[in-house]
Amino acid sequence: MINLPVFPIVIPALAAIIMMFLPKNVRLQRGLALGSIFVTLLVSLLLVHTVSNEGILTLNLGNWPAPFSITLVSDMLSALLVTTSTLLTFFIVWFAVHYFSTAYEENYLYVAMMFLLVGVNGAFTTGDIFNLFVFFEVFLISSYVLIVLGGKGVQLRESIKYLLINVLASALFVMAVAYLYGAVGTLSLADLAQKIPLVDNPNVISVIGVLFIIVFGLKGALVPLHYWLPGSYVVAPTPILALFGALLTKVGVYSILRTYTLLFDVNGTFLQTFLIVLAVLTIITGMVGAIAYNDVKLIIIYNIMIAVGVILYGIAVNTQTSLEGALYYLIHDMMIKAVLFMLVGMMIGITRSGQLREMGGLITRFPLFGWTFFIAALSLAGIPPLSGFFGKLLIVQGGVGEGDLFGPILVLISSLFVLFSVIKIFLNGFWGEERRQYDGPLIPFTNRLLVPVCLLLAVAVAYGFGAELMHPYITQAIEPLTQPELYIDAVLKE
Amino acid sequence: MKRHVRASNLMLHSITRVVTFVLLAFSIYLFFAGHNNPGGGFIGGLMTASALLLMYLGFDMKRIKKALPFNFTTMIAVGLLVALFTGVSSMLFGYPFLTQFFDYYDLPVLGTTELSTALPFDLGIYLVVVAIALTIILAIAEDDS
Repeated sequence: MINLPVFPIVIPALAAIIMMFLPKNVRLQRGLALGSIFVTLLVSLLLVHTVSNEGILTLNLGNWPAPFSITLVSDMLSALLVTTSTLLTFFIVWFAVHYFSTAYEENYLYVAMMFLLVGVNGAFTTGDIFNLFVFFEVFLISSYVLIVLGGKGVQLRESIKYLLINVLASALFVMAVAYLYGAVGTLSLADLAQKIPLVDNPNVISVIGVLFIIVFGLKGALVPLHYWLPGSYVVAPTPILALFGALLTKVGVYSILRTYTLLFDVNGTFLQTFLIVLAVLTIITGMVGAIAYNDVKLIIIYNIMIAVGVILYGIAVNTQTSLEGALYYLIHDMMIKAVLFMLVGMMIGITRSGQLREMGGLITRFPLFGWTFFIAALSLAGIPPLSGFFGKLLIVQGGVGEGDLFGPILVLISSLFVLFSVIKIFLNGFWGEERRQYDGPLIPFTNRLLVPVCLLLAVAVAYGFGAELMHPYITQAIEPLTQPELYIDAVLKE
Repeated sequence: MKRHVRASNLMLHSITRVVTFVLLAFSIYLFFAGHNNPGGGFIGGLMTASALLLMYLGFDMKRIKKALPFNFTTMIAVGLLVALFTGVSSMLFGYPFLTQFFDYYDLPVLGTTELSTALPFDLGIYLVVVAIALTIILAIAEDDS
């Protein structure tokens, strides 16, 4: 079936369109959303299986030959990320079914969520830089809808900021693509990778490389381009926040990973130093933010920045080991951030407050909830058998292997800060005495909401325990990153 | 006050009737011209939307709703569905997504005509553009009621 790479994009799109016909039929919406995402998940697992057997799959849309058509490229990297994002969306939509009131669901909530998945899966699969831009816009426009849906005052304020910054970033993206097209004359990633070394003036390519870092850094919240992130994420409702925190910044990280391994020659140039400095600054700012706040949502939001910095450091070192580590950590972090955002959202829904000093004693009333949070917290910090460990280990090894000591030590210290910040939530929120009578709207739903969260956490824990089983897949995903010829040959096969 | 304005609208009504007809005809011409001349689904759709908008301006909301009993949100979905199905239909025959097919047919009035599957795709775009433009305008217009 040559069309396999397009299914993770088409199936959610089709479901979303059908859902638009009957916005008021909430049961149909829920069923169709969950059903279609489940089918997408099965297809993406099949995609992983096929790619592991047959190597990189490419599909030239419209049956035009390769550099002239839009090519969809499913290598193992994109297949794994498509599977992860579909899996997350499945559990988050399940969570949303119990979380949102019917009034929310009637206003095209699931349609926007499905189009977000279309955009993210498309961005992971595309092999064409302008098409990457289009898929960025697909999920950004869905995210504008999702962030403002509900129409509270704070949401309106923050959505204006979010919209402005993303419009700016998109304009820069178009300009960067225009410069690249002007310098090289093609838009297909594989063709670009082939022709960029032939460009007379390599400084032009370096400038375009920096411009792409600024664009993807704005999407992925790298310091100093992160200032929009805390405010706009903190106002979104919990399932939306989980979706954003798990997927959106990671697409920016993926784009850096893809363009920097394929298009720009990083090793030993100033681009590498530039990336490492940005990564270090991002980790430090995230660390400061994570311990500074007493608001549970903000603590986890600053943890996103630490994770983005750590992954970017792995990408910047750019060796086999560090890239493997970055990919391990990327997949782990997508899953665990979704779990944590759903859990802290439930804490707020139960206690009616996001502040730690107004919480306490939750574990006596909700023991399962408390221990779920505890495992998720340890997993986030990277305690050995759990999923965060191997990624960080490989990133540290990669950094030390290149003779850098500052970066690896900073990554290790950041783990301590991560652990401190989430254990602070655990100690202040779950242990101790109840501060007052909790009467939040989520209390009757706690057990139902915990089911998808626990299942997703179970997948994340299994990912940690099964790291050995995952290893061949991760290695295969790294191959086209360390040897771009594989990618180029697969797309431009004669 | 309002009634006075309404009463003197005869000129606007008569002109709207004629101009709308011309605009709609031109938008449909643009839609079909798209393959070989400037035009296509996007510009044709915008032109149709502006023709319908002129009707909304010339007459009142209620009367136009009676004449055009469409739900424009559903129309967006229909347009998307048409466009997506043109893409998917080529997959059913084992070709890549969005492959285009065309052939020449002898049609009764038009003579030998090239018909391609790009046309239904364009029709999808046309419907989406018309519906989105009108949804935006009508949503803002009906906001305060």
